[in-house]
Amino acid sequence: MSVLIFVETQEGKLKKSAREAASYGAKLAGKLGTDAVAVAVGKIDHSELATLGQQGVSKVLHEENAKLDHFDSRAFTKVVAAAADKAGATILILSSTFNGKALAPRLSVRLKAGVVTNATELANTEGTFTVKKAVFSGKGVANFTFATEKKIITVNANSFPIAKGEGSAAVEDFSAGLADSDFGVKVLHVEKAGEGIPLPEAELVVSAGRGLKGPENWGMIEEMANLLHAATACSRAVSDVDWRPHHEHVGQTGLTISPNLYIAVGISGAIQHLAGVSSSKTIVVINVDPEAPFFKAADYGIVGDAFAVVPKLNEALKKYYANN
Amino acid sequence: MKFLVCVSKAPDTTTKITFTDNNTKFNEDKVQWIMNPTDEWYALVKALELKEKLGGTVTTVTVGKADVEPVIRKGLAIGADDAVRIDADDVDAYQVAALIADYAKSEGYDIIFTGKETINYNGFMVAGMLSELLDLPYISLGVKLDLNGNTATVVREIEGGEETLEVKTPFVVSCQKGMAEARIPNMRGIMAARTKPLKVVAAASVDTYTTVHHFEAPKERGNVKLISPDNVEELVRLLHEEAKVI
Repeated sequence: MSVLIFVETQEGKLKKSAREAASYGAKLAGKLGTDAVAVAVGKIDHSELATLGQQGVSKVLHEENAKLDHFDSRAFTKVVAAAADKAGATILILSSTFNGKALAPRLSVRLKAGVVTNATELANTEGTFTVKKAVFSGKGVANFTFATEKKIITVNANSFPIAKGEGSAAVEDFSAGLADSDFGVKVLHVEKAGEGIPLPEAELVVSAGRGLKGPENWGMIEEMANLLHAATACSRAVSDVDWRPHHEHVGQTGLTISPNLYIAVGISGAIQHLAGVSSSKTIVVINVDPEAPFFKAADYGIVGDAFAVVPKLNEALKKYYANN
Repeated sequence: MKFLVCVSKAPDTTTKITFTDNNTKFNEDKVQWIMNPTDEWYALVKALELKEKLGGTVTTVTVGKADVEPVIRKGLAIGADDAVRIDADDVDAYQVAALIADYAKSEGYDIIFTGKETINYNGFMVAGMLSELLDLPYISLGVKLDLNGNTATVVREIEGGEETLEVKTPFVVSCQKGMAEARIPNMRGIMAARTKPLKVVAAASVDTYTTVHHFEAPKERGNVKLISPDNVEELVRLLHEEAKVI
């Protein structure tokens, strides 16, 4: 028995979400008195994979197959299932990334393992094994149990701290024996939106809505995001009229995020918007309307005109970062 | 071309969420059920667009008891040709996927569409499970899809960008914003929906993998601390010293 963690990589580096998943898996393995083993695919140096030892992983299985540089849910399922078999894993941990969540349900069927996506904290191992996640778009929390012996959990971004210990994991080459027929999709091209921090895994997020009156007024929002090293986001209304790109839209029909800090400027806080951000640790709302429903869901609020408040806040942040 | 769209019911977005039976069950009393938004707006309408362009049929499939039929009729009113209801309460993602797979395996659908996720359990699971049960390629979070013969070009969202890929039918795709423009059923559609075929099929015997042990209310946030717009330095101080997020 062991805990197997699927670690995602990007351009030869482990993603932050991979280290979070590894820390989660290693902590769970510790509680269950077993080992944490990771599996990685595609082009990445063994020296980079060995650093997973800092998160408590003892061994990494690595399938370096150039065909796995692009995601294919069927081929990846075969590799991770083979790794689970080799490691004798009864628990699988993945990140709640787009690819992690595409992979987990396929693995569930392949391994006859129940799956809970978007876990927000470490599984409870005292008594009944349960995993907690937000349901009903953040308006409830469910604790799931499993009818299966094998279990799969995907871990939300920013929900579990990265362990920073000593140690180095042993890296072992491994092959699941993929054939051409295991691949179902052919990637034609990939378009990156820009150099900024990708929103789904950002720790700090600055978001704005219709209150900004037009796309030309986003300069001060981007300035705040730069000062904080935050990602930018927006409300549905704003992405619907193409003031901002769709991939910035958070809410029920957009992204669900859980950053440490979410600053909402000129967003009233409709229930559909809250569905995407209510699990943020700290929420700051800046709105000219004191009756905006978002204030009820916020930790800190400033009632005031964004065009007056945001430039002042940016100056205050500059001062703060100059002294800290 | 034969298109299948998986359609689920979900509580209306503004529903107040409460639990009963010692917090082990969702309180369905007074809940207004709607079609899960991404199933309706993107999955169903995309299938209809393809049918209008290329010909074929659009069938919806839903796991549920008779009380889900108004939701199914709405799909027919928007334009689906016929509907299938698999007669069972939906209890977990695996059970739903296994029942749909059991029905679909001998029907020869070219593309199976789902919404991105339901707004009740937010699981993001049925499409992936279905593709594995049927041994099909699966593309999640599709935002664009063109079909040429049996080759589809699909654009899907990835973290911080988009990926364009090619896939041969049959396959499973989950759909989100961008895939299609939501449609409102017109009177003719609503009238026609009354007489369109809605087939009820018996549920196969399948496993359940997970159950809710108990529900909780989400953590309460304390009252909002209001800061004067003339004292934004105080907000920076609180974010650093109290919230410890910067």
